[in-house]
Amino acid sequence: MLKNRSLIDPSDFSRQEFCEIFDLAHQIIANPEKYRKSCEGKILATLFYEPSTRTRFSFEAAMLRLGGKVVGFSEPSSSSAAKGESIADTVRTVECYADIVVMRHPKEGAPRVASRYVSIPLINAGDGGHQHPTQTLTDILTIQRLKGSVENKTYGFCGDLKFGRTVHSLIKFLSNHEGVKFYLISPEELRIPDYIREEIIIKNNIPFEEVEKMEPYMGELDFLYMTRVQRERFFNEEDYVRLKDRFILDAAKMKFASPSTYILHPLPRVNEISIEVDNDPRAQYFNQAKNGMFVRMALILKLLGIY
Amino acid sequence: MLEITSIEKGIVIDHIQAGTGIQLFNYLQLDKAEYTVALIINADSCKQGKKDIIKINNVIDIDYNFLGLLDPNITVNIIKDGKISEKVNLTVPQTITNIIKCKNPRCITSTENYFDQVFHLVDAEKRSYRCEYCDDIVIPHLH
Ligand SMILES: [Zn+2]
Repeated sequence: MLKNRSLIDPSDFSRQEFCEIFDLAHQIIANPEKYRKSCEGKILATLFYEPSTRTRFSFEAAMLRLGGKVVGFSEPSSSSAAKGESIADTVRTVECYADIVVMRHPKEGAPRVASRYVSIPLINAGDGGHQHPTQTLTDILTIQRLKGSVENKTYGFCGDLKFGRTVHSLIKFLSNHEGVKFYLISPEELRIPDYIREEIIIKNNIPFEEVEKMEPYMGELDFLYMTRVQRERFFNEEDYVRLKDRFILDAAKMKFASPSTYILHPLPRVNEISIEVDNDPRAQYFNQAKNGMFVRMALILKLLGIY
Repeated sequence: MLEITSIEKGIVIDHIQAGTGIQLFNYLQLDKAEYTVALIINADSCKQGKKDIIKINNVIDIDYNFLGLLDPNITVNIIKDGKISEKVNLTVPQTITNIIKCKNPRCITSTENYFDQVFHLVDAEKRSYRCEYCDDIVIPHLH
């Protein structure tokens, strides 16, 4: 039962429970009209202690499309946090008005603490560099829509694999599935953290290669998950200049991909995918954003116990 | 070996890593004790070469989790009527609460502190722990 549960970390839910959410998301996509009034009379509170327009819009649009209403704040300066209130007190107050809470916080673990002080469901919408479980739901739903299932696929992850939390969560989730293979494409300094390589990939016997170039492997990939390489992550300017173009996806590099290699990106994109790629049917990052709203609709319905 | 009169009723904390007995003595606040306490340092040990021992002439409450975290090789003997009535073998605790603090500056525990500081064991051999809130891994250094 997902009713009244909180989603703080992807490990809070079982594989079966994730399946329930994805199944409902597929049904919503097939017939959105049916769910138009499902949350009538319900209120979602969005507590954003740091701005993230994209994630907040996605949650608010999800609730509005279910017929519910939304209250909240989008930056800490306009909130009670500015007056020094603890998150425990803030959420206990919000619980008096709302049926479900979404929290984004710069401090890691803040949503876990908050969830212990309320009896209504709380969703983590990103806590520092730690977890962002609804982005992972979004990525998985997109993979399922494009290729049926996440199993027996080859995934490329490209860019900043060291600090990219969306990459870490997705690798964790995929590593529980049969027949997956990873190409980890990054500069040496920005490889995945040791605990992901050792505790997750190697422990699950997942075949993987860590490489510094995408072209030779593109033809093998079912999905290429792009992230940005930021200048400030490099130790020196020389390396940055030497390497930066290697991790930018453009039309020339797309020629090495197979006709069914789909390109994903958690957005916002800066320059790591050239705009000339956007019209390629294999570019799926904007559809991914749309799927993010649908999967959040499914999550809200499940946690409120409506479906 | 130096002889210390054996005790009738109390606790003997044995096999303390040589040189760390004084820290444990201080942690247990034995300097404030109103009963007889002996801290023996550099005693000969067949297991360890040298060891420290604490003998307490009273039965006091000891946090075995803290002791296990400090050094799981320590043994605690409860003495009654001049004999060992119970031998406590310490283990590395699965969960530790309010003994250490998270050092991750991005962790919520760095700004709010009205709840327990909880860590879960990751690797008993390395004695590494994971912060319940931010998942940062730490190896507690109590010495
Ligand atoms: Zn922490």
